[in-house]
Amino acid sequence: MTSDKQLTSDLQRLPLEPLFEPAGVVVAGASSHPGKFGFAVLHNIITCGYQGRIFATNRNGGTLLGIDCLTSVADVPAGQADLVYVCVPASAVADVLRDAASVGIRAAFIASSGFGEGNDEAGAAYGAELVVLAEELGMAIAGPNGQGLVSTPASLCAQFVGPFPPAGGVSIVSQSGNLASGAMNYAAASGVGVARAISAGNATCLGVDDYIGWLADDPATTAIVAYIEGVADARRFFETVKRATTHKPVVVVKGGTSDEGARAAASHTGSLATNDRIFDGMLRQAGVWRSPDIGAAFGAAAALAVHEPMRGPNVAFLTTAGGWGVLTADAMADSPVRLMDLPDDLMDSLDQVLPPRWSKGNPIDVAGGETRDTIPDALHLIAAHPSVDGVLMLGMGIQSNTAALMRRGQFSDFEDIDRICSFHERQDRRYAEAIVEASAAAGTPILAATELALSNPENPGPATLREHGHPCYTSPAEAVAAFSALYARGKHLRLP
Amino acid sequence: MTTTLSEAESKRLLAGYGLPVLDERTVATAAAAVVAADDMGYPCVLKLCGDAIAHKTERNLVRLSLGTSADVERSAQELLGQATTADGPVELLVAPMIRATREFIVGADRSGEFGPVVMIGVGGIFAEVLEDVVFRLLPADERELDAMLDDLDTQAMLGEFRGEPAVDRAQLLAVVQAVGNAMIDRHDIESIDINPVLIADGNAIAVDALVALV
Repeated sequence: MTSDKQLTSDLQRLPLEPLFEPAGVVVAGASSHPGKFGFAVLHNIITCGYQGRIFATNRNGGTLLGIDCLTSVADVPAGQADLVYVCVPASAVADVLRDAASVGIRAAFIASSGFGEGNDEAGAAYGAELVVLAEELGMAIAGPNGQGLVSTPASLCAQFVGPFPPAGGVSIVSQSGNLASGAMNYAAASGVGVARAISAGNATCLGVDDYIGWLADDPATTAIVAYIEGVADARRFFETVKRATTHKPVVVVKGGTSDEGARAAASHTGSLATNDRIFDGMLRQAGVWRSPDIGAAFGAAAALAVHEPMRGPNVAFLTTAGGWGVLTADAMADSPVRLMDLPDDLMDSLDQVLPPRWSKGNPIDVAGGETRDTIPDALHLIAAHPSVDGVLMLGMGIQSNTAALMRRGQFSDFEDIDRICSFHERQDRRYAEAIVEASAAAGTPILAATELALSNPENPGPATLREHGHPCYTSPAEAVAAFSALYARGKHLRLP
Repeated sequence: MTTTLSEAESKRLLAGYGLPVLDERTVATAAAAVVAADDMGYPCVLKLCGDAIAHKTERNLVRLSLGTSADVERSAQELLGQATTADGPVELLVAPMIRATREFIVGADRSGEFGPVVMIGVGGIFAEVLEDVVFRLLPADERELDAMLDDLDTQAMLGEFRGEPAVDRAQLLAVVQAVGNAMIDRHDIESIDINPVLIADGNAIAVDALVALV
């Protein structure tokens, strides 16, 4: 973190505030047709609650979604907008950008395609012109051929697709628009929210590394997820992500790894130096966590965004039922984290709060003998122990699942059923709250895993975690992967 | 146009950067090879070396496990007889025979989009099947290089193995470091291949080396 300033100036970071925190937004090429980008983006900006000034242009003027359309971006009052979202055809984009610059707009997101991605000559010329314009106008130009961007601190949903995810700390950079949406869909499902998200499109001017570099210094961002297919300047990318990981955890999914081409069957460096192997080594060297797909990437980023990194590999399981603990221990055997031996003093303290028939080891199986505060008390004790680096909670939601059947059955008005069901549901809520409280109090990650997060998202266990913006993993293997990411992060930061 | 250095020249260059190599001699004649072998002891290895000879094994230019002066004399004559005019000046390399059950490969290359990179991988006859190799961009600090060993899939190769002690990590890393430092220092080096790096009693020794110049 000491050489940060120097690197920032070396890499000539572009200020991206106008892109992600604009005081006003113009939709250039707004449309009255709900099937067009120019309608959807204006709709999304308005309905998702953007609080800044909103302008729209349309050749014919008129009123659209309550906005009086201007006929040109040049008619936007000077200094009233920072960002223009461009939906006009490629041939008209240069004029829009010049007009935008003339009224003080400093950033553009270009959704329009036709900038050379189809390998046509005219399109390539438009693309080259964008690079010149970015320099000439001093403008941060995102896209072209991208879906748009999201910035929850600004309540801004400047994209022609969904979703608008809940607010949170994960920021997303993607060379594929639909994978940006994919990551945001996981955010919406998990409750671990998003700060910024951008689809880089052709990345003609601003590249993936420009966004990552800016997000590393963005106070709203606590973890970065990037989907990458290729980088324009490999060394610059490496330097940027390496700097970024000194500030924020970065998770990368690399696409196109199967297309390595034919190689000579010989064991020398040249033949073994496939792009993916070098890319993989580069990511490890830069301290990046690599995930195989967007779901796994979001799972890792969710843990990294919400929890402290792990100081060591030692994980304790708390479970109310046996089989899960066994399978999780198996999954952990193939991972960098481990099922720890419980220290004697922790065993002694657990004896005080757990029923006598508990497993007396790790997994800490309470064997169904828990009372009201057993699980919360045990979670606090385990998380606070100095030799415990992470805690996995299994079995949350079982009681509410039972309650759900009772409430639906024909005996639901049986004496005491409602009281008992409510108790079960309160207990799962209490477990989830204990996870949130104990992990914050101890600075030790506590992850929960239950397939109920998938099969019954309204179950009070996973639902309560979601309300608190905490992840709830749907399988022990996912939780083990998240622990592995937290431990790798701790190692990278050289904790303790 | 890429040119290669002979094995002996490649090793001399890299030994200057700390590459662990054997006590080897280069000689011009069969008679001198016998003198060198008698001096270093048996069994020994004989190879035909030259700047234009990059792939000795493919051309059968290596004689292993030579047990007597007579073996050395005969092998040296054979090897010198195998030299072609295209090989240019050649010499014989005499080295002690190392017995090892484990092999690694270490290399470097600067032709890709990331510029200079260094590699370590599991060597030996299954190397092409396992393809267990790890890369880092150069320059890399000691900690970054050390992590390369952790990233190998076949971790058992680093531990105790068939009665042999665990690999001396520092020494194996010295091979990687020597290769990396040479790449940083000498911009005229296009690629380096150390194949194999043998592990004898836990110690890493570069048994072959090939430096290609830009």
